[in-house]
Amino acid sequence: MILPSAGLAFAALLRNKMRSALTMLGIVIGVGAVVMMQSMGGGATEYVSEAISGLGSNMLIIIPGTPRGLGQMTTGVPLFTLGDVDAIRHQARDVALVSAAGQRVERVVYGGRNRSSAVAGLMPEYFQIRAWSVSSGRLFTQEEERQGASVCVVGQTVVDDLYLGQSPIGRDLRVRDKTCRIIGVMESRGASAGMDQDDVVFMPYSSFSRRLVGNDRISAIMASAASADRIDEAKAQIVEILHRRRHIAQGDDDNFAVRDPRDLQAVFQSVMGMLTTLLAGVAAVSLVVGGIGIMNIMLVSVTERTREIGVRLAIGARSRDVLTQFLVEATTLSAVGGVVGVGLGLAGAWGVARGIHVPFVVPAVSTAVAFAVSILVGIGFGVWPARKAARLNPLAALRFE
Amino acid sequence: MGSPTSRPAGDGSAPAPLLSLRGVTKTYGEGDAAVRALDGIDLDVVPGEFVAITGPSGSGKSTAMSIFGCLDLPTGGEYRIEGIPVQDLSGDVLAALRNARFGFVFQQFNLLARTPALENVAMPLVYAGVGTRERARRAREALSVVGLAGREQARTNQLSGGEQQRVAIARAIVNAPEIVLADEPTGNLDSKKGAEIMKLLTALNRDHGITVLMVTHDATCAAYARRQVVFRDGCIVRDDGKEAAS
Repeated sequence: MILPSAGLAFAALLRNKMRSALTMLGIVIGVGAVVMMQSMGGGATEYVSEAISGLGSNMLIIIPGTPRGLGQMTTGVPLFTLGDVDAIRHQARDVALVSAAGQRVERVVYGGRNRSSAVAGLMPEYFQIRAWSVSSGRLFTQEEERQGASVCVVGQTVVDDLYLGQSPIGRDLRVRDKTCRIIGVMESRGASAGMDQDDVVFMPYSSFSRRLVGNDRISAIMASAASADRIDEAKAQIVEILHRRRHIAQGDDDNFAVRDPRDLQAVFQSVMGMLTTLLAGVAAVSLVVGGIGIMNIMLVSVTERTREIGVRLAIGARSRDVLTQFLVEATTLSAVGGVVGVGLGLAGAWGVARGIHVPFVVPAVSTAVAFAVSILVGIGFGVWPARKAARLNPLAALRFE
Repeated sequence: MGSPTSRPAGDGSAPAPLLSLRGVTKTYGEGDAAVRALDGIDLDVVPGEFVAITGPSGSGKSTAMSIFGCLDLPTGGEYRIEGIPVQDLSGDVLAALRNARFGFVFQQFNLLARTPALENVAMPLVYAGVGTRERARRAREALSVVGLAGREQARTNQLSGGEQQRVAIARAIVNAPEIVLADEPTGNLDSKKGAEIMKLLTALNRDHGITVLMVTHDATCAAYARRQVVFRDGCIVRDDGKEAAS
């Protein structure tokens, strides 16, 4: 009985195309919103995970300032010193690698062309921490770091944009008013978190601080734990060393923070979870409203088609056949709404993903759940009108004007 | 199943009635507002008859028709189909009975709007559980019986009134029923179209052996029937069949 009913239901819905379309709208919006937001949330999560894993494994970032709220740091606190870097390198047992890190945007000039790029001062360990190497030439050495050599390694964007040609190695690049010799080109990493990772000029930290910054204060320290399961210990050891060196008494507020990119991911995921819950609520409201719309139109339909129901009962439909017919009709409405919603939601999410360059994710579970809920809404809100139809007295229905 | 002893006593030579009303009353409403539509009706219909029920409006002829068609149950008295009392049957059994043994023709045609003729005709077969292909075959056959071969795909709104009533008759006979109940089948048609419908009903009765019960207030239509039953104020005031038998 279900299959012929589904055919009948489609025919009945097609007879009132506009009305059917408007009735489905609530379901379309509800399901579409869920699917689209889940897809975008999935894409954003994947994007953040990629960005974080791109930073290198077991990485810790040490920055000065007092944590205040979500990611806010006070300014005006002391930066770090080379002594801090050495102390962490030698005293923290579970820290494998340490590098001072500084960065500023500078004008980079070659020949007649120039551009503003991120110029970073780093120690050779940095490249190991981030598991990042050159595609040609070489990285700078500990010897060059010690000497403060005027050398640099550039990213692919800088090479391309300044027309440094096929072999930029050995050419002299001007950074602000200082000259440094290009010794290598970094492997291309593409964009991460909206920033071009190849638009960089790396130079030994000593050279960077002496020639570009003019003092030896360190604005950030990068470190990596000996292994993934020693990250928490490494973090504790760094905190302990810096407490001592920065004379912070037990109980006082820290004036620095050790950041673990995984924390960032956790924060991001909890925010996404909150958004998802919120959205589920909105979608539920939309689905209920859509369901009421379906119930309303089905009640209208039952009244309009009272004579048809009378004829069907007269020619041998059992009341359960009539019940099935109207239930299937309501469910067809909501299921078609669900399909359209899934389609529009995925299309919308795909468009947004393309627009803001994040991965496009098909949220399989959410899609299935949203579709299943749309069917349940049709059944749930279709029962009452369908029962009303099934309980009609055939004679009264036939005589209905 | 009904016991043979409860059958109305016949004279032995008359065929057993197919449909039988005994002392049937029908009351609508309750108390002072109660309206007695049927007031003790005795009426037997034997297989192969063509009966016209006539009478003025409100005489109870349509109520009797609804009871014959199992669309309504009597308030008092007994209605039996082949000796089986109808009031004991469940709703589903009545539905199956209507589906298998009765065909209905209404004054308003009552076809599905904007639906192809074939689909309209095949509708009873859906509830009989007949497969799609067989439904189409039998619906096509029924349409050719009523002279609408070739109009299978015409939609209800593309058909004239006479053609719509033909489609309705095709729908009534598609399940090969024993009885066709026609309630004012020509009421919405002009006399020429009405005559065609009457000829069609006559042919169904004569050539296909279908028992036809027709309610009409039109004497011309009633003249096509072989037996006339006249109702007035919920009672039978004249019955050709009884006079012939007596």
